[in-house]
Amino acid sequence: MEGENGMFKQAKWNEPLIFKLGRKGRKGHILPKVEDEVKRAVGDVNALIPENMRRISQLRLPELSEVEVTRHFMRLSQMNYGVDSGLYPLGSCTMKYNPKINEFLANLPTIGMLHPYQNESTVQGILEILYRLERWLTEITGTYEICLQPAAGAHGEFLGTLLMRAYHKLNGECKKRNEVIVPDSAHGTNPASAAMAGFNAVVVPSDENGCVDLEALKAAVSERTAGLMLTNPNTLGIFEENIEEIAKIVHETGGLLYYDGANLNPILGKARPGDMGFDIVHINIHKTFSTPHGGGGPGAGPVGVSEELTKFLPVPRIVFDGERYRLDYDRPYSIGKIRSFYGNVAVLLKAYAYILSLGGEGLKEVAEVSVLNANYLMKKLKEIEGLTLPYISEKPRKHECVFSAKPLKNETGVSALNIAKRLLDYGLHAPTIYFPLIVDEALMIEPTETFEKEELDRFVEAMRKICEEAYTNPEAILQAPHNTSVSRLDEVKASHPRTMALSWRMYLKKNGQNL
Amino acid sequence: MVNPLGKHTHPYIPNSLPEIKREMMREMGIKSINELYADIPEKYRLKKLLNLPDALSEFEVKTHVESLLSKNKTCSDMPVFLGAGCWPHYVPAAVKEIVQRSELLTSYTPYQPEISHGMLQALFEYQSMICELTGMEVANCSMYDWASALGEAARMASRLTRRSEILIPKIIHPERAATLHVYDEPAGLSVKQIAYNSETGQISLEDLRSKISDKTAAVYIENPSYLGFIETQVYEISKEIHEHGALFIVGVDPTSLGILKPPGEYDADIVVGEAQSLGNSMNFGGPLLGIFACRDDLKLIRQMPGRIIGMTTTLDGSRQGFCMALQTREQHIRREKATSNICSNEALCAVAAAVYMSLLGPEGLRELGETIMYKANYAIHLLSKINGVKTPVFKSAHFKEFTVNFDGTDLSVKKVHEKLLQCGIHDGKDVSKEFPELGKTALYCVTEIHSEEDIERLAATLEEILIGR
Repeated sequence: MEGENGMFKQAKWNEPLIFKLGRKGRKGHILPKVEDEVKRAVGDVNALIPENMRRISQLRLPELSEVEVTRHFMRLSQMNYGVDSGLYPLGSCTMKYNPKINEFLANLPTIGMLHPYQNESTVQGILEILYRLERWLTEITGTYEICLQPAAGAHGEFLGTLLMRAYHKLNGECKKRNEVIVPDSAHGTNPASAAMAGFNAVVVPSDENGCVDLEALKAAVSERTAGLMLTNPNTLGIFEENIEEIAKIVHETGGLLYYDGANLNPILGKARPGDMGFDIVHINIHKTFSTPHGGGGPGAGPVGVSEELTKFLPVPRIVFDGERYRLDYDRPYSIGKIRSFYGNVAVLLKAYAYILSLGGEGLKEVAEVSVLNANYLMKKLKEIEGLTLPYISEKPRKHECVFSAKPLKNETGVSALNIAKRLLDYGLHAPTIYFPLIVDEALMIEPTETFEKEELDRFVEAMRKICEEAYTNPEAILQAPHNTSVSRLDEVKASHPRTMALSWRMYLKKNGQNL
Repeated sequence: MVNPLGKHTHPYIPNSLPEIKREMMREMGIKSINELYADIPEKYRLKKLLNLPDALSEFEVKTHVESLLSKNKTCSDMPVFLGAGCWPHYVPAAVKEIVQRSELLTSYTPYQPEISHGMLQALFEYQSMICELTGMEVANCSMYDWASALGEAARMASRLTRRSEILIPKIIHPERAATLHVYDEPAGLSVKQIAYNSETGQISLEDLRSKISDKTAAVYIENPSYLGFIETQVYEISKEIHEHGALFIVGVDPTSLGILKPPGEYDADIVVGEAQSLGNSMNFGGPLLGIFACRDDLKLIRQMPGRIIGMTTTLDGSRQGFCMALQTREQHIRREKATSNICSNEALCAVAAAVYMSLLGPEGLRELGETIMYKANYAIHLLSKINGVKTPVFKSAHFKEFTVNFDGTDLSVKKVHEKLLQCGIHDGKDVSKEFPELGKTALYCVTEIHSEEDIERLAATLEEILIGR
């Protein structure tokens, strides 16, 4: 299959682990020198270190020139696939294009060289940017105030569930209200965040329409309910039409409503979580607001709240007195800190530039085209034999659609995983697979607004070919991928106690090369 | 739509071209995109336009943001002697270049390892180098920052020991202590502080012995400490902790580990720390890079939070490769029973750290440690000559940061700060409120980027402010 005519072919360097490269004595960077006077005045610096605290063991890092280091990581980058390489339709991940101007701005020394504890008079520019971004995000989400501090979506969720805790604590109900309700279609972070904040997660099933089952929700809420965490549109890409009723049920029992912002993109400028009754909203800056994922981070997960909850937000808050921006730590009800300093500022700056580049009209266009693209893909993929669209297939989706490859698997043995791997051979990233858990052999597809029709068509065509191939020549798919830097990896081996090697040091130890 | 180009398409949205939209809608059998929104209840459909500034062209965005940022004064405009968990270091150009490679920058978490091999290998190399530096065998591929890593480490220790008390030093960054509290209170953990020797700042072993018990899940120390001195009683502390069946957690600034003994060599069970200092800009305090490492012990490894990259081979065994390991600990599989909810982390900052460590190598990291220690101690040397100034407050060896006390002068730390700033120098962090018992004290930080001239200017200006008035 390798080298199939006209097919994608990823770079395949035989690039050793960096520890195996270089030569003793080579150097990749020269540090500023220590001036003679400094040396003279201080004397032998090592003598200053108490003897038992000096490093004696050799630091076993590779020794390389800058040339070799650059080449090594350049080759590694060529064996990686990013949004700039092509379609990256991971559902619920909103892998959209990351505008270049934002990167340029975030790399300016006027932000890079700023220390967080500088006198406020020397950081007015960045405080103004953060303050304005907060205002814009409240407007977009329909919340009252925004806290920019969380470093990621899950960090925002953790903050959100801590806010629930603080709210119920102030009402003297913290002990009693120890349950957070999550739908069975929820992201895994929701129950995990609730558990971290000390709650028990209670799962409610989805109904035949793929939405929260109202009767089940009514049965689940009680005086123990601290809140409900909901994604809307949900992970099937379906808008929870009964949101008014859901909010009513939760609020009437004294619980709070939490909005998981992973799927905010399709409703930008079209609807706002705050208007729907959500009390706490997190935003994934690295999804909706176009900042790159960096292979896993850094992102940013600001949290918006209703007026009633603002007093619990972490310190400091950025305040503006009409003339100057200030960091205010005097918040007696604040939950405290969930991290150091003020948030992933360099990431937030990119979101600021993004919103400025689009404006209100542009953000609405982002939402509409993301929905157009998702429904276009859905329409095309529905025609492919072997795939089905669970939950009312006539209903429009929002930003994503979830197909099931169950028929294909039953008829040919080709699973969602196999389809995913085969897609890589076409130079396309795979969708999210096996999620949400309520769909068998799930393929969760989110194209976002930033890919052109031609690229979407290429994806549809690849899916069609793969499914056809499954009926005619399944072997090729079962062995996929063929065109990536490496072929299928042994993931079991990576986690097996006998073979597990989580560092070079551990690998050497396991292989009898003790240090 | 209206957009800065005045045409009917936006550069980031290729399908915003009206004829493409029409073409797609025709194929879908709809007349308007709003049909796709018909299921949003009427009352929740936003009728107005979001109240945001009008869209700007790229040039206007650039000018606007640059002009706002130019209001800032940075470490390039004036010498800044601030540290306290975010440190001014030089970031080599090669580091910046590599982390801007768009295949790395614009990729997602490597869930499909075959097409994400480059990122996986880079992260594995980061983990491996962190292990070399800390003397541990296992490291994850990052936490949000030092503070949240500490919060997670304490929870992990509690899960492992089924105990609920955490002992931390009295000398700790207040934000780290606050984060620890917020992370651990919901899990039912309580935190107690260990007193310090007022002369040396070192942990009071007596107080440690009086507080440690069979309820103690973990004892946490920092080396170098928050106030910059090197804690030397590590073997005694370690022995005490392990005799009580508790875990030993150590917090580090990795730039010290080229010259200081790695925590693995004094039997730390978990190491946390802040690796922003390895090739990442300060960026007004974020993103940061939380270190999380532990011993090669399956019990510990299975309780670790966060993503871990493992080495493996292809299924056919023909080639070495990498993939995410031990995912069954994580939220997307274990949900409410996961070891943590963390998923997105600081991966690209970890790549920067890996490139940085590769560039410096063992010699470079040793030199970095020495250079920092030389310069910080040169500053101590000069400042301590000034009448009324006492530095450092504690009689211990100091690495990069040190306390400066102004009790012998009639100025407050705030006043000194204001006067220095007027002279174009930014002093250290005022810690008078954090440690009232230390009097009028500030925490200064000196790194390899501070020249002899910067330090001499600081000393001369300070002397002028305090004496020459």
